[in-house]
Amino acid sequence: MSVLVFADNSDGKFKKNAFEVTSYGKKVAEIAQSNLVVLTINANDVSELSNFGAERIIKVNDDKLKNFNAKAYADVIKQVALKEGSDIVIIDSSTDGIYLAPLVAVNLEAGYASNTVGVPNSIAPFVVKRKVFSSKAFDHTEIKTSNKVIGLSKNSFGLVDNKVNAVEEDFSPSLSDEGFKVTVTSVEKTTGKVTIADADIVVSAGRGLKGPENWGMIEELAEVLGAAVACSKPVADLGWRPHSEHVGQTGKPVASNLYIAVGISGAIQHLAGVNSSKVKVVINTDPEAPFFKAADYGIVGDAFEVVPALIEKLKEFKGNQ
Amino acid sequence: MKILVCISHVPDTTSKINFTENNTKFDINGVQFVINPHDEFVLTRAMWFKEKQGASITVINVGNVSTEPTLRKALAIGADDAIRVNAEATDGFYVAKQLAEVIKNGGYDLIMAGKESMDYNGGMVPGMTASILDFNFVNACIGIEVEGNKATVTRDIDGGKEILNTELPLVIGGQKGLVEDKDLRIPNMRGIMMARKKPLNVVEPIDFDPTTVITDFEKPTPKSNCKIIDADKVEELVDLLHNEAKVI
Repeated sequence: MSVLVFADNSDGKFKKNAFEVTSYGKKVAEIAQSNLVVLTINANDVSELSNFGAERIIKVNDDKLKNFNAKAYADVIKQVALKEGSDIVIIDSSTDGIYLAPLVAVNLEAGYASNTVGVPNSIAPFVVKRKVFSSKAFDHTEIKTSNKVIGLSKNSFGLVDNKVNAVEEDFSPSLSDEGFKVTVTSVEKTTGKVTIADADIVVSAGRGLKGPENWGMIEELAEVLGAAVACSKPVADLGWRPHSEHVGQTGKPVASNLYIAVGISGAIQHLAGVNSSKVKVVINTDPEAPFFKAADYGIVGDAFEVVPALIEKLKEFKGNQ
Repeated sequence: MKILVCISHVPDTTSKINFTENNTKFDINGVQFVINPHDEFVLTRAMWFKEKQGASITVINVGNVSTEPTLRKALAIGADDAIRVNAEATDGFYVAKQLAEVIKNGGYDLIMAGKESMDYNGGMVPGMTASILDFNFVNACIGIEVEGNKATVTRDIDGGKEILNTELPLVIGGQKGLVEDKDLRIPNMRGIMMARKKPLNVVEPIDFDPTTVITDFEKPTPKSNCKIIDADKVEELVDLLHNEAKVI
């Protein structure tokens, strides 16, 4: 038996997600008295994974898999799981991860627990804690099948340093044409900007900013912090900001370390979408805004005065670092 | 083109979430159920196909009789007929199995579902259904065009979007972006009247053992009080974020 982690990469480089699922897989393997196997597909340098407990690394390198392809990737994971006798498969919650995991579950006839937070409560029965109702609650889900797929919720476990000596092995999966019936024709990615999915810090603003012309200070605040820029639903609906920046229940989920909300009152749908952030700061003129009940730190004040002052103080702070 | 739109019956997004029976059951008391928001985008896009390119739309739900008003609402928006698989939707894999069974016998070209439901957020039904049937599948779909049996699909990815080519039969997990929010359909009186006469067929489920079971629920621990910092002393916030919260 083994625990198989799929450590995804972007253009050959691992992101934090990959290290988090590896750290998590190591812990699950310990609890289940099993061994950890980490699978990579077209990664440049896998050695970093050994900093997080990856003792055994299976490397697949194939030009056909250059672009992410959910079906083909799921087929590779199945082949490796069978070869390694893996009964637990762990996948991250990136857009690729949540696309892929259901296919892996069907491939392995496995029960699948998505949005899992924390290590299993118990191994027999196999019970994990999941986020449900858009992070308004948790459930405990028992996976009853002998094979199990876990989708690990982003930023819910963190990275655990655990330097080991890794054994690397190359594996050539058999890839049939059947796996490539959905093909990528073009990719548009914003470059040079921190994405909401990857960001440790997210700066978000709402209707309190009065108009799209006032987003300059939000972008500057984000730049000082190395943060991604986001917005509330009304702002996206008004066309002030692109839909891709909308965070909340029907928008993008946020699970950053720090979330700063400027001029966002905190509708229940918005709070649900950002609930998984570790520390929340609210800046709002209305002391009765619901966000103050959900936040860790708050400033009651005019964003047009508070934000520029905050940018100035943060610049001083960064300068002293 | 025959389109099947999968409809989840979920609590309204403004609902307060509570549990009963020793935290083992979701408390539906005072909760209003609606069409899953992602499914509304999907259904509206399906209506576009119906009106502009000619398509029939069947809506489907796996659930008990209490979900029928939600299916009727989808009929009032403009779907032609509805199917309810008469079973409790306890597990995503179970739901996918039931959908796959209906699809296998129904000859659908395009299966459109929301990428996840707002209750259990499994996000697995569209992908599992496609995988069971060996149909093509695109998740997080924010655009779709169909010509003949060819489909061009836009997928939301971290930090951008991706354009994909594929063929029918196809399953998509759709979301906000498929249509503009302002174009989302709401039922009008005529639609509601017509919906009463449209067929809603109840079919019995096939046997499949659930792969997962929810044992109980838990609510997040309430936040301790928010620390208020004076608007004239933002340097205190910087200090707290660095020394206390350790996030900068």
